[in-house]
Amino acid sequence: MRRSFKFSTSTVRMAELAAVPTVARVRSRRRETHDTWTLSIDAGEFAFQPGQFNMLYAFGIGEIPVSLSGDPVAAGPLVHTIRAVGDASRAITQLKVGDPVGLRGPFGTAWPVADSTGSDVLVIAGGLGLAPLRPAIYRLFAERERYGQVALLYGTRSPADILFRHEIERWRRRLDVSIEITVDHADLAWHGHVGVVTRLIDRAIFDPDHTVALVCGPEIMMRFAASALRTAGIAPECIYLSMERNMKCAIAQCGHCQFGPVLICRDGAVMRYDRLQPLLTAREL
Amino acid sequence: METRGLDRLICEHAFFAGMSPDHCELIGGCARNIRFDKGAYLFREGDPANEFFLIRHGRVGLELIAPGRGPVRFLTLNPGEIAGVSWLVPPYRWLYDAQSLELTRAVAIDGGCLRQKAENDHDFGYEMMKRFMTMLVQRLHAAQLQILDVYGTHG
Repeated sequence: MRRSFKFSTSTVRMAELAAVPTVARVRSRRRETHDTWTLSIDAGEFAFQPGQFNMLYAFGIGEIPVSLSGDPVAAGPLVHTIRAVGDASRAITQLKVGDPVGLRGPFGTAWPVADSTGSDVLVIAGGLGLAPLRPAIYRLFAERERYGQVALLYGTRSPADILFRHEIERWRRRLDVSIEITVDHADLAWHGHVGVVTRLIDRAIFDPDHTVALVCGPEIMMRFAASALRTAGIAPECIYLSMERNMKCAIAQCGHCQFGPVLICRDGAVMRYDRLQPLLTAREL
Repeated sequence: METRGLDRLICEHAFFAGMSPDHCELIGGCARNIRFDKGAYLFREGDPANEFFLIRHGRVGLELIAPGRGPVRFLTLNPGEIAGVSWLVPPYRWLYDAQSLELTRAVAIDGGCLRQKAENDHDFGYEMMKRFMTMLVQRLHAAQLQILDVYGTHG
């Protein structure tokens, strides 16, 4: 009984700490597309894993989960890429250099970057889903010799919606990775692929028996991508998706992000497809 | 000799993978080699759809004129894929443009000739239909995703 009480106290204390935001400051902001900005935030010493997220609080307006999009090894400010779609995200994207922002985190599970050593790695991103994958891409590229084939397949709405365009152009100059981009539609000035991102899977070079796939994007896109990866012969336990739900507490207390038996903030956002597959097709959860 | 060479090209094309040599020969009898320079059109919207193309090298963009937006490219096709399905069903007219985005080498297959052979040999016709149905269903699913605009703010 006493042991149980002690444990409970400790758990509550940890939850309290994780529930209180620290005040960080915006160091810089850069516009990526018409509705998406990347903010660098000074937050002191801070360690995170690729795929994890923070809760960012626009004081007086609201708090939202935002994936870290910078290099987890690089020193300096934390990097978040945010799309302005609601009151809180719009307020955060409009913060100016030096403005305060509340920060809690990091939360959630990570992409299995280190665990993919020796395997081919397929990174499949859709739209803003490239942002949560970018920390993993940095690490894969930085330690390229640890992996077999490495390919980034990126699909987005139109050429104007391509995220991190200049960085992708730099990545494409590398000879040891394959990077393919496709858009849903384009005018005739676009010389790249047009069509859904799953079509790029057929063109990628990988050994399906020794491939890990990291997938992030809109849920429908991830369902189709996972299905195409299964058709290509990749086992469900080698496919990882990053799920998105309405998170509030981020510490598995409030239940807002419940997805059947799963709490996305605690069990995700990065989860294996063999666990997600039956949930993704459920009519109501 | 020319026909035999085309039979081989047809059998080696990804779309016809596993096709029997006899059926490849049937298709080869309706086929011709063709190339398109960059910027040339394989076909234009509204024209009669008399043939389709097995892309061997190069890339082809499918485009529609959208009022107020000009030409919109909605799909690009790569080696191993097929350009053109309107030859399959009446009224046999193209519903969009197909432009060569780089030097493209292809095998052009006469649709009328192939339809006649499929009528005469239903086993062959069924084999052709299975391949085209697979491709059409895949493109339909892709089009559904594009229509859903999953990367939009509601995605």
